[in-house]
Amino acid sequence: MSARPLLQVEGLRTWFPIRRGLLRRTVGYVQAVDGVDLAIEEGMSLALVGESGCGKTTVGRSILCLERAREGRVWFGGVDLLRLPSQELRPYRSDLQIVFQDPMASLDPRMRVRDAIAEGMHSFGIGASESERTDRVAALLERVQLDPRQMWRYPHEFSGGQRQRLCIARALAVEPRLVICDEAVSALDVSIQAQILNLLGELQQDLGLTYLFITHDLGVVRYLADEVAVMYLGQIVERGGTERIFEDPRHPYTRGLLAAVPSVDPQRRSAAAQVLGDVPSPAHPPAGCRFHTRCPEAFDRCSEEAPELFAVEGGRSRCFLSE
Amino acid sequence: MSDTPAEAVIETRGLTTTFPGEGGRVPVVDQVDLQIAVGEVLALVGESGCGKSMTALSMLRLVPKPGRIEAGEISLAGSDLRRLSVPAMRQVRGQEISMIFQEPMTSLNPVATVGAQVVEAIRLHESVSKAEARRRTLDLFTRVGIPDPDSRLDAYPHQLSGGLKQRVMIAMALSTRPRLLIADEPTTALDVTIQAQILQLLRDLQQEFGMSILLITHDLGIVNELADRVSVMYAGRIIEEGSRVDILGEARHPYTRGLLLSLPSLASRGERLAEIPGVVPPPDQWPPGCRFSTRCGRVFEPCTTQVPAVSEITGTHRSWCFAVAREIES
Repeated sequence: MSARPLLQVEGLRTWFPIRRGLLRRTVGYVQAVDGVDLAIEEGMSLALVGESGCGKTTVGRSILCLERAREGRVWFGGVDLLRLPSQELRPYRSDLQIVFQDPMASLDPRMRVRDAIAEGMHSFGIGASESERTDRVAALLERVQLDPRQMWRYPHEFSGGQRQRLCIARALAVEPRLVICDEAVSALDVSIQAQILNLLGELQQDLGLTYLFITHDLGVVRYLADEVAVMYLGQIVERGGTERIFEDPRHPYTRGLLAAVPSVDPQRRSAAAQVLGDVPSPAHPPAGCRFHTRCPEAFDRCSEEAPELFAVEGGRSRCFLSE
Repeated sequence: MSDTPAEAVIETRGLTTTFPGEGGRVPVVDQVDLQIAVGEVLALVGESGCGKSMTALSMLRLVPKPGRIEAGEISLAGSDLRRLSVPAMRQVRGQEISMIFQEPMTSLNPVATVGAQVVEAIRLHESVSKAEARRRTLDLFTRVGIPDPDSRLDAYPHQLSGGLKQRVMIAMALSTRPRLLIADEPTTALDVTIQAQILQLLRDLQQEFGMSILLITHDLGIVNELADRVSVMYAGRIIEEGSRVDILGEARHPYTRGLLLSLPSLASRGERLAEIPGVVPPPDQWPPGCRFSTRCGRVFEPCTTQVPAVSEITGTHRSWCFAVAREIES
């Protein structure tokens, strides 16, 4: 509410070149992220929602400078991360951490849990000695509700949910302020998913963490996020407070997404296919509004002119109907 | 037992499938009874490793080695599939029972056009000319909502989106007008807007063809969209069954209730989600007595030593739980 947000993304564009031929000449671009603005206040959670290929993961990777953005600014604590030389970027890498969907792919199978978690501490100079770091690993394992005596085991000796706890412990080891969770609970069974969601909630309360959730799962979003940004083909089409987005979605795509989620209420058998067809290729996004080819409410103007993010009550919506 | 007369398309009784473990063979599907009536959608629900997919593979006699069906009956319209010869069973698969899987890419041949693959499937089961089979394929592609079906006949799988590939798989599965379609997580790999389209399609086709569907899923929302009846599976056994409304609205077994309560969509922001503690143990460590007893909040003395018998809650709703049985008695 008060000061400036912890993370502020402005006009982010990340395009991937399409190369062809012997000389690998660039013949076009996949406009994975095309003009994204986001802001998260310290201690809050923002969910970036969208379907596969909408660019949500690329936003996360661009914020972490794991992909090189073509344009835009990523302000973190008053500094533009995209314009820092790599040595100066390094200290910020401990402030921003990421937890991925597949914990097995993000843990080195030949590294003991203790070493996987202590590795980051070592490189950021956290803990004075190896034994101090070992103590910290024990505390972190306890923090994520694992038995510290298991620190000398290998990742394959843990279940899927436990491995995700290990990844969370590893992210916490370097004392981050912002944690990006990229589909962090999507691969888990619901009973395990609930355990991890509760853990993430506790950690936020106790440590004052700020979260960016990147997810396709709207059920998780409603439970976790203070604010939601909905992405479609590289752009944000709607954003606002979570309750407002769920109770009164303004953009036809948001409405279609919400209507498509099957409910478990036996009195409501409701999932409706309002959004038809497939997502167009981000290499050739449609002219005008990018959603007009699938929009149930499209009219002439939508194919000719690109709508901006119009202000609506409690947020913004990229649709002429919200103008 | 007596309330499932001859109208069941398929019925399993005491179906048990085992895999070798350290101390002998371990049942991963343990005495499973299922009945699916004509035109009915039965959902088999459970988390990873509960044995739901293995149950379906057992019904098709496709259990991968070293697994094998140990006991039980699988009767399709009265004949026991376990007694059929291998060639006769091959005719049943595809002709009487078709199956679609989660990942259509792995079920389609990447070097043949999708049209040719459906034509081949038709001609495998019926002696019709190539031209006739192609005409029927075109018809099916139109029926399953593939846009521009004419040119899509000559497309290769990689040229189609995930949703379109799943539509091709459905067209192939329906090409022989099966009595039973087994759909194993048919929309899990798809985005929600595409999932809604495929669910709608399955609903329409089921009505149109009057076939029965065995829907295998972990997603209770999809159960609500498609199922008439539901069987909930945990650690190889059915632990509760009933109508869609019985299970989603009036669940009694602590596991089914736990699954429903752990869904974030039912909780509000900031509220703690109900957890089911621990994880599903691997098959060789399944506890004696009730298999859920190691994670259950309502466990009492008989649970850890005896296998719970069935309790009839209503005419359609049954559960296998000592706590539920005690509630019913009092």
